[in-house]
Amino acid sequence: MVQMKIDTANHIAGYAAKAARVKVVAAYPITPQTTIVEKIAEFVENGQMDAEYIRVESEHSALVACISAAAAGVRAFTATSAHGLALMHEALHWASGSRLPLVMAVVNRAMGAPWSIWSDFSDSLSQRDTGWIQFYCADNQEVFDTIIQAYKLCENEKVFLPAMICLEGFILSHTYAPVQIPEQEEIDDFLPPYKSGWVLDADHPYSHANLVSPEWYMEFRYMIQESMENVKRLLPKIGQEYSKRFGFEYGGLVEKYKCEDADLILLTMGTMATEAKTAVRRMRKDGLKVGSARVRVYRPFPVEDIRALAENARMLVTIDRHISFGCEGFLASETKAALYNQKDMPLITGFLAGLGGRDVTARTIEKITKRSLGYLSAGKIEKEIEWVDLKE
Amino acid sequence: MVTLKELPKEEYLLKGHAACAGCGPAISLRLLFKALGNKVVLVVPACCTTIIQGPYPYTSFAVPLQNILFESAGAAASGIVAALRQRKIEDTTVVAWAGDGGTVDIGIQALSGAAERETDFIYICYDNEAYGNTGMQRSGATPYGAWTTTTPLGKKERKKDMPLIMAAHRIPYVATACPSYPIDFINKLKKAKATKGTKYIHILAPCPTGWRYDASKTVEMGRLAVQTGMWVLYEIEYGKFRLNSPSDRLLDETKRKPVKEYLVHQGRFRSLSNEDIEKIQQWVKEDWERYRTLALN
Repeated sequence: MVQMKIDTANHIAGYAAKAARVKVVAAYPITPQTTIVEKIAEFVENGQMDAEYIRVESEHSALVACISAAAAGVRAFTATSAHGLALMHEALHWASGSRLPLVMAVVNRAMGAPWSIWSDFSDSLSQRDTGWIQFYCADNQEVFDTIIQAYKLCENEKVFLPAMICLEGFILSHTYAPVQIPEQEEIDDFLPPYKSGWVLDADHPYSHANLVSPEWYMEFRYMIQESMENVKRLLPKIGQEYSKRFGFEYGGLVEKYKCEDADLILLTMGTMATEAKTAVRRMRKDGLKVGSARVRVYRPFPVEDIRALAENARMLVTIDRHISFGCEGFLASETKAALYNQKDMPLITGFLAGLGGRDVTARTIEKITKRSLGYLSAGKIEKEIEWVDLKE
Repeated sequence: MVTLKELPKEEYLLKGHAACAGCGPAISLRLLFKALGNKVVLVVPACCTTIIQGPYPYTSFAVPLQNILFESAGAAASGIVAALRQRKIEDTTVVAWAGDGGTVDIGIQALSGAAERETDFIYICYDNEAYGNTGMQRSGATPYGAWTTTTPLGKKERKKDMPLIMAAHRIPYVATACPSYPIDFINKLKKAKATKGTKYIHILAPCPTGWRYDASKTVEMGRLAVQTGMWVLYEIEYGKFRLNSPSDRLLDETKRKPVKEYLVHQGRFRSLSNEDIEKIQQWVKEDWERYRTLALN
């Protein structure tokens, strides 16, 4: 029977790790992630979860322990935020380079200095080039579903890459919402036992990740890129299978809302898309032809979906909860890059909003949209990057 | 206790490995497998063994080996131990094999964490007293006065006492060793394998390339380190300290060779003054008073 829980996204991530029958969890506390690994500790200690729980002394060690556990043949899980993720940086590369199908929850939090514990994508987006698949969730249900789907995806032999499941600190992590948790047997049926491309095994001795000369290194990188491309093909199928069994569907890499006939499409990530949908609903009542597209998977970047959106729309508006200093938000940059060389490019403008946890409401998004519609009717962008609600 | 004759004939460090001639760590690796057999998973952080194993698609190891990040041997071993336990594999020993930089400097946190968590594995630090893989830079294990590429006038500070730091973790087994005393090393490995919990073995592994002595003199260099009392063979089993042969005879100061006999053969100590050598001699004496106290307790 399907279980209905009303719980925080962090606790739900814990339930997902349990449902995925994770065998090794290595964890280190950091706000706002901590309640994930607390929940899992509770499951392991009370016998609800048959797993080893390694209480490591740093996030760096947390990820390395997971890498090695996956290398030694079991499903592994960890979770972190902001500075913890930054400390893992080199191990992120090691995980993807080792082609190990790890899944990690990243509870998005702003990077210091100054200290901030609130939501911001600068932590995970700073890690976009590490070879990890990146999902950004919009609600608690999606956190559960994506963790289960991610293991299935990552353990596919055409992928064998790790994935981050990103969820915004406090907005999701500490917010209670109803979530349906399917029957364990059905999850087991959807997600078969752990599979990886290689295992440390005394009976089959190999050296893993030893020195590679320039003669071979590029080929290893190419294979990762190929796998990322495979994700674009495989994830929608996995999503459909999941939806058929359990009822929840997220539209593959990009979730679209009223985009078919939209002149202007708002591109966002995470929970901002929920506000964008509300804004779109309101503005549609006023006769404005606007739509919302949520980039659910940021790596691989959904280039084809963005191009498809651009075919009919006359304008794309990105809202980034992130800045690449000296440039702009990554969503803005990559959207533009995806469309360059295409015929009849729409106008593109980028807004920066919600950094360090500042609220981005439907009203904020309406304001952004109306300003952008002004550009659209004028036929030109006034400013390439705009900071929303900035104190002068 | 094993004798040389009883050692298995099988070799799991294969021919054609890429170590320098006279490499102390390579001799130690060969002995490691003689002692533990091949039911081993080896964790190797960045160190000379990254090179010794040979480049992709080759390897000189007949045991499974995971290369891992420089500072993370302790964490990697923790993950493997946990996974093997979940898979109910009980006949495989997890061994972390790390250099001195990867142990006493950048890797000390992960190692300390693994030891505090009572992780069931053997950690071996093969100590050639500098960052050998990168061309001999000073590490926390470099001794006073030694030339390295980052201490061209000789190191101004003393060597970190890593085995006693590990003993402070109250792990069941800590030992020192040296490939010049193979039976002692092998017996310690066998004891470590039979003990549950974290086992730490610190090997002084002479390095002709970095220490600047003739490659044929590696065994001799290790012997001189022990005979002068500059390297001491001991083990600490469940807190009980015991000097091992031949170090146990050196409690008597008159049995120790002067440190000069060890230092003089190595180019890295060439710039030591007589005062420096006296200072080192005095430190050896002081250290031995500490070992005496430990041995009598």
